[in-house]
Amino acid sequence: MLKAIVTVMLKKGIFDPQGRAVQNGLDSIGFDKVKGVRVGKQLEMDLEMEDMGAAEASVHDMCDKMLANPVVESYSFEIKEA
Amino acid sequence: MNWGVLLFPGSNCAEDCFHAVDQILGKPVKYLWHKDTELGDVDAIIIPGGFSYGDHLRPGAIAHLSPAMLAVKEFAAAGGLVIGICNGFQILTESRMLPGSLLQNRGLKFLCQDQTLKVDNPDTPFTSEYDAGDVVVFPIAHNEGNYYAAPETIAEMEANGQILFRYCNADGEVSDSTNPNGSIHSIAGIINRTGNVVGMMPHPERSADIVLGLNEGKGVFVSMLKHLEANHG
Repeated sequence: MLKAIVTVMLKKGIFDPQGRAVQNGLDSIGFDKVKGVRVGKQLEMDLEMEDMGAAEASVHDMCDKMLANPVVESYSFEIKEA
Repeated sequence: MNWGVLLFPGSNCAEDCFHAVDQILGKPVKYLWHKDTELGDVDAIIIPGGFSYGDHLRPGAIAHLSPAMLAVKEFAAAGGLVIGICNGFQILTESRMLPGSLLQNRGLKFLCQDQTLKVDNPDTPFTSEYDAGDVVVFPIAHNEGNYYAAPETIAEMEANGQILFRYCNADGEVSDSTNPNGSIHSIAGIINRTGNVVGMMPHPERSADIVLGLNEGKGVFVSMLKHLEANHG
C-alpha cells in the first residue's frame, strides 16, 4: 500500500478571500507579522498499489481530471509507503 | 421541441426550470438523470442550480464527470443548445465547455438577492428577446459566483461578444461597487465561442413567472424557443 498526499492551492495571483479573512483574524489577535495567508486543501489517499512510478502517474491523472481545476488551481503531491 | 432538465443528486432548481418550459413556454420537457448515457430526443438542455454532489471538492467538480455530462458534451458539440444556471454554470466551466471558473464570492458571504443585470450581447439564441443595454432583474443565490478567467481569455471573450450579462445597478451602471461577488469585468453570464452553450449565475427561471414577482428572465427561455423553432422549421 502507498499513501498519496495531494495539496491543492489557488494559483498565485488569484485572490483568496478565505486567506484574507484568516489573515485579518490572526491580525486581530495580535499576530500582526503575518503578511499573507493562502488557504488550500490537502487530500490523503490510500492507494492499493506497489509501484511508485505507476502511482505517481495515476495521481497526476486524478489531479488533472478531478482533484484540481487547472484554470484556477495548482497542485503538488508526495507519495510514500503507507 | 423537447427540452431536458438534467438532474444530479443535490440539484434544487430543477422544478423551477421544468416549470419555465412546461408552464411558461408550454413545451414538452422531461428530466434527465445524471447516470443516463443517452439523452434521447431533446432539442435543448437546462442544467439547473443546486449543490450537485454537495459541492464537495469544488462546485461541479464531481458532477461534470457523470455519464450524462459526457452525453451533454456530445450534444453541444453537435450544436445543441445548453444552458447552465448557477451550479449548472459551475458544472459547465468544470467540464471546460465554457472558459474560466467560478471562485468563492469576494465578500465570503452566500449572496441571495434580486440582482440587476445589464444585457451585453442580445445577438445570441439565448438573449434575442432583449436589447443591448437592457437592465433586467434576476435573482442570484450563490457562494461561488466570482467569475475568473485569465486576462488573455477575457480579452478574447470580450472581443467575440461572449459576455451576455453583467452585474449593474438599477441605472445600468457597471462598476466595482455594483459588482456583488467580485467577478472579473462584472461578468454574470457568458456564451461559448460557437454560440450554443451558455452559463450564468443569475436565475432566469426564478424570474420567469409573474406570480413570483419577476418575469424578465422569461426572455431567456423565449429566445431559446424562437431559435429552436426557426431552426427546425
